[in-house]
Amino acid sequence: MSKLLIEGVSRVFPGVGGGAPTQALQPTDLTVEDNDFITILGPSGCGKSTLLRIVAGLDRPTTGRVLLDGQPVSRPGPDRGMVFQSYTLFPWLTVRENICFGLREKALPEARQKEIADYFIAQTGLAGFERHYPKMLSGGMQQRTALARALANDPKMLLLDEPFGALDNQTRALMQELLLGIWEADRKTVIFVTHDIDEAIFMANRVAVMSARPGRIKAIVEVDLPHPRHYTMKTTPEFSRYKAQLTEEIRAESIKAAQMEG
Amino acid sequence: MPLFEPLKPVSPRSRLVLGASFFALFFLAWAGFTLSGIIPPLFLADPLTTLKTGVTLFTEFNFLRDIGITVWRVVGGFVAAALIAVPLGVAMGAFKPVEAFLEPFVSFCRYLPASAFIPLLILWAGVGEAQKLSVIFIGSVFQIILMVAVIVGATRRDLVEAAYTLGADGGGIVKRVLLPGAAPQIAETLRLVLGWAWTYVIVAELVGSSSGIGHMIMDSQRLLDTGQMIFGILCIGVIGLVSDLLFKWLNQRMYPWAF
Ligand SMILES: Nc1ncnc2c1ncn2[C@@H]1O[C@H](COP(=O)(O)OP(=O)(O)O)[C@@H](O)[C@H]1O
Ligand SMILES: [Mg+2]
Repeated sequence: MSKLLIEGVSRVFPGVGGGAPTQALQPTDLTVEDNDFITILGPSGCGKSTLLRIVAGLDRPTTGRVLLDGQPVSRPGPDRGMVFQSYTLFPWLTVRENICFGLREKALPEARQKEIADYFIAQTGLAGFERHYPKMLSGGMQQRTALARALANDPKMLLLDEPFGALDNQTRALMQELLLGIWEADRKTVIFVTHDIDEAIFMANRVAVMSARPGRIKAIVEVDLPHPRHYTMKTTPEFSRYKAQLTEEIRAESIKAAQMEG
Repeated sequence: MPLFEPLKPVSPRSRLVLGASFFALFFLAWAGFTLSGIIPPLFLADPLTTLKTGVTLFTEFNFLRDIGITVWRVVGGFVAAALIAVPLGVAMGAFKPVEAFLEPFVSFCRYLPASAFIPLLILWAGVGEAQKLSVIFIGSVFQIILMVAVIVGATRRDLVEAAYTLGADGGGIVKRVLLPGAAPQIAETLRLVLGWAWTYVIVAELVGSSSGIGHMIMDSQRLLDTGQMIFGILCIGVIGLVSDLLFKWLNQRMYPWAF
C-alpha cells in the first residue's frame, strides 16, 4: 500500500516587478510508502521547501498533483504535521498549550489533551518546561516543542523542513537521535528536508537527491543501515561509503547552483 | 564603561531617579523665572500661587466634580470608539476584501480633524454630553480601526501556516492566532489613543461647555487667573500620566509573554 504520491509536481513563481518568472521546481515524481523515512537532500535554493510546502498544502503546484491515500491534497490539514526551520511556536502559549493546540482544535476533552501532552512532553524530553513560554526556551527546546506539537496531533505523516538547521552541531546531533528514536518506536511516515549529507544518511531509509535549481529528484539512494541507529554509526565504513556516493551526487549540483548565482 | 552606549538598558533605580530629576529641574526653572519676577504673574503664575489656587479650586469650587466629568467623557467616548473600532480593525486586518472595502474611506476620515466637527456637532447634538462624547469618539475611532488593521495584518505568516497544519480553519486562525498574537499591540495602541482622547476632550470643553477641566481653564482666562489655568493643565498631565502607567502595568500583567 502506498501512501503519498507526488505526480509531475512543478512550481513556477510569477516574476517580481515584471521580471522573469522563477521555475523553482521541475516536474517531480516521488512515492513515499507507509512507515518510510525519506530525506530530501539538495543544495540550498533547489526547491526542497517548495516541494514540501506543496505536500503540506501550504502552496499549490503549477502542474501535477499530490495524492495522499488516493485523495488529492489541496489544503493543509492535521493529517500532515509540519515542523518548520524557523521557530513557529505560538509565543502567547506555554509549551504545554502549544502542544495542545491541535488537540483543542479537535475539541478533545481536557483530560485526554493532558494525557497526550504528557506523553509527548516525556518523549521529547521537555519535562519541567511545560509552563515556559517559547521566548524562555533555547532553539533546541523550541524545536522539541514544535516536534511534540506536530506529533501530538497524530498525523499520518510528518513533514520536516530543515527542522534542526538553525541549531548548533551538538544540539542538532542530539535532536537527530531523538527524532530517530521516536521514529523507531512507532514508524510514522516522515519526509525530512535537509542540505546536510550526514543528516540525510543518518536519518533516512531513502535519500532523494535533488538537482540544482530548478530542482527535480535526480536520484534515490536506499540507505541500508540497521536500526536502532546510534551516533557512532556516523564513523562506520558503510556510512562513509554512502557519504562518498552522495557527496559526488551533490557536488555536481552545488557547482551548478553556484555558477547560476555567479 | 562609557555613559552613553547605544541601546544599553539602565537599571530601574536610575530610570526612576533620572525621570524624577527632570521634573525637579522643570519646577526649579519655573520657580526661578516666576519668583524672581523675570516673568510677570499676569503671564505665568509661580508654583506656589498655582498650588494655592489649586487648593481653593478643590475646596471652594468643587473642582473634583469637573475632573470626574472630564474623566467620564474621555473614558465614555474612548470605550465606545474601542468597542466599535477593534472588531472592525480585526476584520479588516484578517480579511482582505473587508480591508479593500473600508480602508480608503477610513483613511480619509482619519484626516478629518475631530475639533473641526465641534461646531457641527453642537448643531446636531447641542452642547450636552452627547456632543462631548462624539468629539472623542470621532477623534479615536478611525485611528484605532486603522492601527488595529495594520497590527492584525502583520501577523507572522509562519504562525498562521503552522496553525493550518495543526488543523485550524479560518475561524480558528482568527480566534486562536490573529487575536491572541495581536492583543498586546492592540492594547498598546489603545493606550496611545487614550492619550490623544485627552487632548480632544479639552478642546471639546473649551467650546460651549459648563463643566469639566477645559471649561474651568476657559473660565480662568476670563479672570486672567494664570494660576488656575496652569493648575488645570497640570491636573490633566497628572491624570494622563497615571492612567498611562495603569494601562501599561495592566498590559504587562495580561501579556507576560510579550514583554
Ligand atoms: N514565494 C516565492 N516567490 C518567488 N520565488 C520563490 C518563492 N519561494 C521560493 N522561491 C524561489 O524558489 C526557489 C526554491 O526555493 P526553496 O524551495 O525555498 O529552496 P530550498 O528550500 O531548497 O532552499 C528559490 O530560488 C527561491 O528564490
Ligand atoms: Mg528551504
